[in-house]
Amino acid sequence: MPVALFVPCYIDQLYPDVAIATLELLERLGVDVEYPDDQTCCGQPMANTGCDADTAPVARRFVDLFADFEAVVCPSGSCVSMVRNHYGAYFSGDDAKYQHVTSKTYELCEYLHDVVGVTHLDVKFPHRVSLHQSCHGLRELRLGQSSESMTPRENKVRKLLNLVEGIEWVEPDRADDCCGFGGTFSVNEADVSAEMGRARIADHCGKGSEVLASADMSCLMHLQGLIRREKNPIQVMHVAQILSGRPLGAA
Amino acid sequence: MLPIVQHPAAAKEFVNDPNRSRWHDQALWFVRSKRDKQAGSLPEWEYLRETASGIKTHTIANMAHYLQEFERNATARGAVVHWARDAEHHNEIVLRILRDHKTKRIVKSKSMLTEECGLNHYLEDNGIDVVDTDLGERIVQLRNEPPSHIVLPAIHIKKEEVGQTFHTHLGTDEGASDPKYLTEAARGHLRDKFLAGEIGITGVNFAIAETGGLVVCTNEGNADLGTSLPRVHIACMGIEKLLPRQRDLGVFTRLLARSATGQPITTYTSHFIGPRDENSELHIVLVDNGRTRLRESETFRAAMHCIRCGACMNTCPVYRRSGGHSYRATVPGPIGSVLSPTRDQNSYKSLPYACSLCGSCSDVCPVKIPLHHQLLAWRGELVGKKLLPASKRWAMTMASYLFRFPRLFRLVGKVGRFALRILPRWATHHRFNAWTIARELPDPPKETFRDWHRRHRTK
Repeated sequence: MPVALFVPCYIDQLYPDVAIATLELLERLGVDVEYPDDQTCCGQPMANTGCDADTAPVARRFVDLFADFEAVVCPSGSCVSMVRNHYGAYFSGDDAKYQHVTSKTYELCEYLHDVVGVTHLDVKFPHRVSLHQSCHGLRELRLGQSSESMTPRENKVRKLLNLVEGIEWVEPDRADDCCGFGGTFSVNEADVSAEMGRARIADHCGKGSEVLASADMSCLMHLQGLIRREKNPIQVMHVAQILSGRPLGAA
Repeated sequence: MLPIVQHPAAAKEFVNDPNRSRWHDQALWFVRSKRDKQAGSLPEWEYLRETASGIKTHTIANMAHYLQEFERNATARGAVVHWARDAEHHNEIVLRILRDHKTKRIVKSKSMLTEECGLNHYLEDNGIDVVDTDLGERIVQLRNEPPSHIVLPAIHIKKEEVGQTFHTHLGTDEGASDPKYLTEAARGHLRDKFLAGEIGITGVNFAIAETGGLVVCTNEGNADLGTSLPRVHIACMGIEKLLPRQRDLGVFTRLLARSATGQPITTYTSHFIGPRDENSELHIVLVDNGRTRLRESETFRAAMHCIRCGACMNTCPVYRRSGGHSYRATVPGPIGSVLSPTRDQNSYKSLPYACSLCGSCSDVCPVKIPLHHQLLAWRGELVGKKLLPASKRWAMTMASYLFRFPRLFRLVGKVGRFALRILPRWATHHRFNAWTIARELPDPPKETFRDWHRRHRTK
């Protein structure tokens, strides 16, 4: 059975190269991957606004579309968390299709680390890189140890990036403070959101990072919007782009 | 009826003053970092959190049993236990005790419960002189402001402003901002108040059912002084402060100060078991004020675990930048945004949305309240009660429709991206597009991933 690629709606529309890089990476690692053509969204924007009745049909549609695949891989921790941690509200617990999809939907780095078991990548990225740990990947999917938690966990995103030759790590003062995107939060609370983002950018820039890398493009869309407005000397890139060998500036 | 709080508007002035919001953010991050160091110094930290959460779950499940046990044991030790169904009832009970003793002056140590009940104003309106003896609380009391944080009530005020306040009220030198000088001045001023206080009022951090005893944690020792000098001590507590056994206490005292301020323990951890002698009185006021209703809610019950450490405020990136007053409630920050709508859904409906759902509060909480999931659950409740503005509900209904019909989704996407490419900048980046107030829009690509995939991968 092949694995399905789920491309979040905003990546499909605004950052297609992130999805292309994800697909190429999976193909290069020998994963039999298919892209179901009629996919749209996981339903997170509606769910996070509290509009459960608007979320339910989108969630059901998602499960129907992906039920026949061995697994679903997605380059966004936030969307995966929606499917894994929040779909329960829209299905009965004994729904076999739901059970299959919710337990077999993986964030890209998680899939590469836990399922494929990647130990070697023949790519280079000779730049100063700092990692923006997106909150849902970190605290909902536990892709690493959050700074609040005292339970040791290895960081799957960083471990994968360590397979890339030439990365010079730059560490911000605050390892995992939120960037302030938060979906509709970014427009509901536009002032607070922008101030949170500026603080993250200043922290990463201040340490001399050239590239702010993250496994969630939604955080990066917000940060990139601020960086471009304020002309900060830093670029954003999705982790999939770096892992697939894209040069600096691909996003 | 309470006025409706619009958090984005209430936060605007604070967040848009970088001198204040960035300084506030740094001050609280410093406290959060101290907490990390202290939590990390205990190998059993996560085990303590799990244990504390379990004890709270058990106590809340058996609330009536433990409250009665507490009343029995406290009474046997000579305390007088009062039951208050709400804030008003609580205030009346306290005033009655004061009137019985013909008291005009009271000294009070920090108590968020009495803030919640509006006790100060109530007593002042009834001719009682109320002095808050916690330094931070005294500062905000002199400024006629509410606290902005439950552990650090004056965290939003700079030392220069404290100097100004003290100059006006305590006669300190104009322009003084040296913390040591100002603290000395406050200490001198409060010493006289302590000596003049006729009754001491304190909050309660923990109450032990097994012993009928109370525990009050402070760093300034003001609760001790405020209860040692007067003959009468009134302790006011929410019913959720209860713990079953004396030995449960150690779990919580280890978590409380580390979570709150990054100290291994508060300077003073004072135990009160009955009145101190036959000439003294200890009154304990047990307050419900909506807690029983909260207990009945499957979704929000765990919020009763809260030990009021304030760690979720220190870690919350929204709180750090918008300041505690923007929540317009005694308890601000993540736990406040969960609790406030239980009091009045309509007034506080914007608070569950004042959150990016980052989850830091849930990970930092020493009693494992799933705060960010509760905030998300609140959003569902509010939408269910039609309390979300129609424009936002409509936007989501439209989005849901788009996502159910892929051809429509693709068409709208195509039109949108095309418009973004051809429209002049002023037509897309303006103040009515909240995204673009501080940010640029992404550059729209010519083709979507789906288009690319059809060209390159379709067999």
